[in-house]
Amino acid sequence: MFARGLKRKCADGEEDGEGALAALRAAPSYSLQRQSLLDMSLVKLQLCHMLVEPNLCRSVLIANTVRQIQEEMTQDGTWRVTAPQTVGRAPLDRLVSTEILCRSAREAEPPGPGLGDGHAPDMVSELCVVPSAQALQSPQSSVWEVDSPRENRGSFPKSLDQIFETLDSKTPGAVEELFSDVDSSYYDLDAVLTGMVGGAKSGHSDTLDALASAPALPPSSSCKDLGELDHVVEILVET
Amino acid sequence: MAGAGGGGCPAGGNDLQWCFSQVKGAIDEDVAEADIISTVEFNYSGDLLATGDKGGRVVIFQREQENKSRPHSRGEYNVYSTFQSHEPEFDYLKSLEIEEKINKIRWLPQQNAAHFLLSTNDDLRINLWHLEITDRSFNIVDIKPANMEELTEVITAAEFHPRQCNVFVYSSSKGTVRLCDMRSSALCDRHSKFFEEPEDPSSRSFFSEIISSISDVKFSHSGRYMMTRDYLSVKVWDLNMESRPVETHQVHEYLRSKLCSLYENDCIFDKFECCWNGSDSAIMTGSYNNFFRMFDRNTRRDVTLEASRENSKPRASLKPRKVCTGGKRKKDEISVDSLDFNKKILHTAWHPAENIIAVAATNNLYIFQDRIN
Repeated sequence: MFARGLKRKCADGEEDGEGALAALRAAPSYSLQRQSLLDMSLVKLQLCHMLVEPNLCRSVLIANTVRQIQEEMTQDGTWRVTAPQTVGRAPLDRLVSTEILCRSAREAEPPGPGLGDGHAPDMVSELCVVPSAQALQSPQSSVWEVDSPRENRGSFPKSLDQIFETLDSKTPGAVEELFSDVDSSYYDLDAVLTGMVGGAKSGHSDTLDALASAPALPPSSSCKDLGELDHVVEILVET
Repeated sequence: MAGAGGGGCPAGGNDLQWCFSQVKGAIDEDVAEADIISTVEFNYSGDLLATGDKGGRVVIFQREQENKSRPHSRGEYNVYSTFQSHEPEFDYLKSLEIEEKINKIRWLPQQNAAHFLLSTNDDLRINLWHLEITDRSFNIVDIKPANMEELTEVITAAEFHPRQCNVFVYSSSKGTVRLCDMRSSALCDRHSKFFEEPEDPSSRSFFSEIISSISDVKFSHSGRYMMTRDYLSVKVWDLNMESRPVETHQVHEYLRSKLCSLYENDCIFDKFECCWNGSDSAIMTGSYNNFFRMFDRNTRRDVTLEASRENSKPRASLKPRKVCTGGKRKKDEISVDSLDFNKKILHTAWHPAENIIAVAATNNLYIFQDRIN
């Protein structure tokens, strides 16, 4: 897996005394990219049954990737349960199963009541189930636009509301100050996620160092779908 | 990756110069999905070469007799027969569309050898067919779980042993190969051997499993070895050693740092095949940008060649290609970011006895042969 002992990129004066989670916090790019990979994978799973050639192998591999990410996020404590006020959404502390692979394009109705009830750990996440039905009706729309994505992910607890309130009440200058310590430059997605750095040199050099020197790449089309604000807010929540 | 300096791929211990021989297929920029070649296979003598495409068409080429007035040019392959294998169907009972794509062509041996065929059209089952009984098959491997939610691994390829007709292997999406002996039990859910290379923990990433998925498995002609193709490498295994391969050849290691992009554009799921030469001294597999790679197992040398219309003059030698992985790009090198990932060579075949190869590049079939000095 991606190395955990990462050096901080921006020294913000806070003490690092919380172990693995702190190391992760010190590398906002890693969790951002991991989240982006998770989002990308979930979208791919939704669209699996819309492929010209249904490909079970591909679906299984993508589902396994999602599972790996969710397991790691669960261990990190970054995969949090949804706030209770999200009505109709089941808790998202379950892992994604491959039930989605069983459904063909002709199944327009949402899955039955067997899902979402307490069978661990292979229950289908609501995340996959509901958007799937909707994706069939409006294949072009982004899953995230339809389903209040931040809440579905479960990584934004109650405090998110507080943050938004804070943001609303601040004057423009203060908002900028709030975001001032966030590094919004785009990191090389590949370099971070594959643990291999700097293209030219193979090996496992410190990722953050290499990131600092890596050229900024234009965001990929799927990353564009996630608004910049999403990334920024996520950083704030995890800090 | 050491490309041979002067050009030419060593195979079988001799230095060979690969030359263009023929190309089949339309030149159109716009390629219809149905015209994409999905399988290429020489028959046992090499006199026949078959291709199948996604539209269900099979084309069989036959090698012409050698021309006495041009003794240095090998016989050309010309169309012998074309037919539509099957039409798309809709299975109303299961509500499934049965596509017409030709997944694999297997030639029947003319001698009285094995009369059985394996089919793995389904990712979860392997069926055994007797060539004279075409209306039913016998299921010998079934990995479908009772609860589909528990499915985490699928079958990706299967092949019979060339000498022992009761032995076959099948590969999985988790990078494992199981060897089964049909004499042991009717349902081969227990394997006789299990081949898996331990993972290198230092290179682990979220993509590790995907790139370990085996896209093709091929026995050597001798039957002593088998070769597996995963996303970045080909591995040669000794059937007597299950713990690790005896050889690993990097096909395009420069893609390792691009895995996330390749995951995004789905290229990471491309299924490359591989093949042996007749004497098992060399192996070949495809890559992107219409490149294909050959590895000489004896000399340990390898070469990258390209199938392109630009190099399609009769008997023109193929120049080795090189991908620039960093630093200054030399003349004639191509940088990783300039590679065309839409031009992928998934299917290649090597004549069973001679140095003639068939390379499928999307909808074109290229035939190359060595130049006789």
